[in-house]
Amino acid sequence: MPSPFSRGACSASAAQVPLVSGRVGVASWFAGQRSFFIAGNCTGVYYIDPHIHMVSRTTDDYETLAKMGCVALSEPAFWAGYDRGSVDGFRDYFEQLTTFEPKRASWYGIQHFTWLCINAKEAENVALARDVIAMIPEFLDRPGVLGIGEIGLNKNTRNEATVFLEHIELAVKTNEQILIHTPHLEDKYQGTRMILDMLTGDGRLDRNRVLVDHVEEHTVGLVLEQGFWAGMTLYPVSKCTPQRAADMVEMYGPERLLVNSAGDWGPSKPTAVPDFILEMRKRGHPESLIKRVVYDNPLTFFGQSRGFRFNPPV
Amino acid sequence: MKGSCMLGERTREAVLEQEFLPLRARILEIAAGLDRLDRAVADGDDGGRRDRLENAIQLLLADEPSRAARIQLLFSRDYDEDWRTRFEL
Repeated sequence: MPSPFSRGACSASAAQVPLVSGRVGVASWFAGQRSFFIAGNCTGVYYIDPHIHMVSRTTDDYETLAKMGCVALSEPAFWAGYDRGSVDGFRDYFEQLTTFEPKRASWYGIQHFTWLCINAKEAENVALARDVIAMIPEFLDRPGVLGIGEIGLNKNTRNEATVFLEHIELAVKTNEQILIHTPHLEDKYQGTRMILDMLTGDGRLDRNRVLVDHVEEHTVGLVLEQGFWAGMTLYPVSKCTPQRAADMVEMYGPERLLVNSAGDWGPSKPTAVPDFILEMRKRGHPESLIKRVVYDNPLTFFGQSRGFRFNPPV
Repeated sequence: MKGSCMLGERTREAVLEQEFLPLRARILEIAAGLDRLDRAVADGDDGGRRDRLENAIQLLLADEPSRAARIQLLFSRDYDEDWRTRFEL
């Protein structure tokens, strides 16, 4: 794969890549690099977006992500904006996630991985959810499938919890990794606590193979302290901003922390991870720390999935 | 909740240099939003939302760490540790 510094609109050479090794004045550093970012529009680093819903995005977005230095991404199954009516609807969706999306990503040198499930928003139909869970194993051995996700809670109901537990059962039986969605806004704290109760109540789970996503200031510590991975989602309005994500890295350290855009069909920004990279640089953090969060950590977590085959950029 | 920086121990001057204008702008947005609420016609129960906003502003003024986490909890539903019994799960 060619370097992101030599493709498309990104014309800066490797020698121009900002390598911040010490603490520098933000204004002076940014003034010096401003022309780089405006002219090149590049992050100057390879990164992986561990949570993004590319079926909702255009091919132009793949191109933009590639220019920004994105070399891989993972796409959890989620809600389409309407409730699907049958198990065959999900089968078609999983077909798209495991065949066409990897192909579309490959046109821009991006490696595409995926997670399969029925989303919590559709879990009120328990009968349909059970049919989907029974069908998922048809796809688990396909290339690029990393595990079960994004399962979780939405409004923290009994049916959602029932379907969540049945997904966990499937993951345990098939030895799959798990990616978990935590609820929105006022439901997040309650739902995260409920999810952690269910996870920690199951002694069969390897906590190092479970990612609890969409953490914020009031939930990140709970997740990390229990030994799980935690994902921070960068959204324009809800969830987390790049600045608050950088705060959490500073407060908790980079261990088991991931940053994602969760770009989808709603208000979201597929290039949010580069915004986080820029914020970390503006604060004077070393490149090694940034790379740890946006590249090394996803590789470490994904690397525990039997379906993960990654070709590093050269 | 952790409140101290493990990484990126910048000086207050460096943080202010980066944050002063954005924070000033956000405080103005809050002020203008509250003015907008005051100018609007009252039409029944607001579900306690105005009170929660004012409580959040009070939290901002408290000289304690973890303001963001405490404000998040203010806007959160309560957690019932007996939920599994209630759901019979």
